[in-house]
Amino acid sequence: MTDFIKRLLGTPQGAIGMVLVLLVLLVVLFGPMLAPHDPEALSPLTRYKGPSLAYWLGTDQYGRDIFSRLLIGARATVVMAVLATIAGTLIGALIGTASAFLGGRADELIMRTIDAVMSIPSLLFALLVVNLLGSSTINALIAVAIAFAPGMARITRSVALSVRKQDYVNAAIARGESSGYIIFREMLPNVIAPIIVEMTIRVSFAVMLFATLSFLGLGAQPPAAEWGLMVSEARRYMHLSAGILIWPSTAIAIVAVGFNLLGDGLRDALNPRT
Amino acid sequence: MSPNYIAKRLMMIVYTLFIVSLIVFAITQILPADAAVMMLGENATQDALAALRENMGLNAPVWQQYATWLGHVLRGDLGTSLRTGQPVGPVMFEALGRSLLLAFLSIGLMLVLAIPLGIIAAVRRGKIADMVVSLISYAGVALPEFVTATLAVLVFADLMKWLPPTGYVPLTENFGSGIAHLVLPVCVISVILIAHVSRMVRSELVDVLHTDYIRAARLKGISRGKVLRRHALRNALLPTITIVALDVGYLLGGVIVVEEIFAIPGIGRQLIVAIQARDLPAIQAGVLIMAATYSIVNFIADILYAWLDKRIQYD
Repeated sequence: MTDFIKRLLGTPQGAIGMVLVLLVLLVVLFGPMLAPHDPEALSPLTRYKGPSLAYWLGTDQYGRDIFSRLLIGARATVVMAVLATIAGTLIGALIGTASAFLGGRADELIMRTIDAVMSIPSLLFALLVVNLLGSSTINALIAVAIAFAPGMARITRSVALSVRKQDYVNAAIARGESSGYIIFREMLPNVIAPIIVEMTIRVSFAVMLFATLSFLGLGAQPPAAEWGLMVSEARRYMHLSAGILIWPSTAIAIVAVGFNLLGDGLRDALNPRT
Repeated sequence: MSPNYIAKRLMMIVYTLFIVSLIVFAITQILPADAAVMMLGENATQDALAALRENMGLNAPVWQQYATWLGHVLRGDLGTSLRTGQPVGPVMFEALGRSLLLAFLSIGLMLVLAIPLGIIAAVRRGKIADMVVSLISYAGVALPEFVTATLAVLVFADLMKWLPPTGYVPLTENFGSGIAHLVLPVCVISVILIAHVSRMVRSELVDVLHTDYIRAARLKGISRGKVLRRHALRNALLPTITIVALDVGYLLGGVIVVEEIFAIPGIGRQLIVAIQARDLPAIQAGVLIMAATYSIVNFIADILYAWLDKRIQYD
């Protein structure tokens, strides 16, 4: 394990990614405690202020402290993205592993159906689901999870197919173990590493999908401090102060790049060939 | 490539569209209010609603409604918009044309930039050039389209005044102005694609450059450039076809957002309007058309791949 972490931190991607993701996690955990101002306190007299000692990143169109809003909004943005990715991954991993294990016609049918579902762009799929369930954060979470499941199923299946051919799976079949036992106890543990890599990278896609849903008015609702919503609200006032647009954008970028780098670092660290 | 393979691939498109039609129909069925309520409004009398439901066939069993709808779709009738009362099909296809223009230009720009970037990064692996290219690709995946689009408008339209901020001008009407209006949307859509594809090209080419036949070619005394052009690139660029085709799904999603921001009357914008107005026939038609576009592009990519790569024998 320490050897693995050493290898992960040995690559520039892994090291920078780890630092950024840790930073984000700290903000998620302690952000609300550190926020110097009430994120929803309106103060009409201090609108569109630039960065200052009182307001580190300035104030927005309602005079709210941008820094405090970013600190508090991290939970809405990052936690939701991570949860949705995990949920989507679990569904996808289960379908993919089962499909690879069943093989033959069942596998063919499952994969063709997955392909069919993937022909609907995930953003469009999420839009439809949220529109159907009503716009709220929880529904957006479900939508993103469902939108991610087919892609994860496909990746899991291809990894599981190679695991399927291993001797220990044949041994389990020869022992007469049940399909459920083989899928959960023998195959899933061995397909986890590549899935974790894919999952890490997908967190950044999830952040973007959530932000985009909020932008289209179907995710978090005002006055929530969700970062995507902050950007979309700032668009109308960007002529008055570029800061209200740039800071939340930067926050989204840090999360997205952080998880991307960490994912690439994990991939390199897990792959003995490179 | 056998006719059998092509037939099998075509069957897959049919199956895909069948599944998508089921999903789309199911989604519109679960909506809390039915089409009659949406047409007449929440305050309509029960009698009027009942009459309209009877008229629209909403009292029939669900599978029968699905069969009727599918029958109409197969005959080319995609339904009538609840919002405008116009047939949905022609409107959607006209919008699709504008979206495809946007998509093709974006893919074109992406290929022109992403492939050379990927090649440079692979050939100069570990050098400064490689790092610059990966920096570009990380920057590309850092922001969602609506943020990139907003920043692009802020910088290039509002501050610099180089380009028009939003709007759409048909190329046939005023070519120069039409192109000027397309520059920002196309660039915004390409950014993420360039990031993705250049990384893929790089990793494919790095793999190929480590194979035995490349080493053999080098040992024969062929120059690096010639080995790259004649041997490595062919095999490294082939998978790009598949990657680009799969990215079309992503592209179509991006088009939705970009069209919304730049006020381009394409299929993405039509879909957003339809979804916001809960215009069921328009939603159904729009999603079906998008899925069909994706399936057909992937079909063409698979055929092209099989045709170009003689090693692949599909049965």
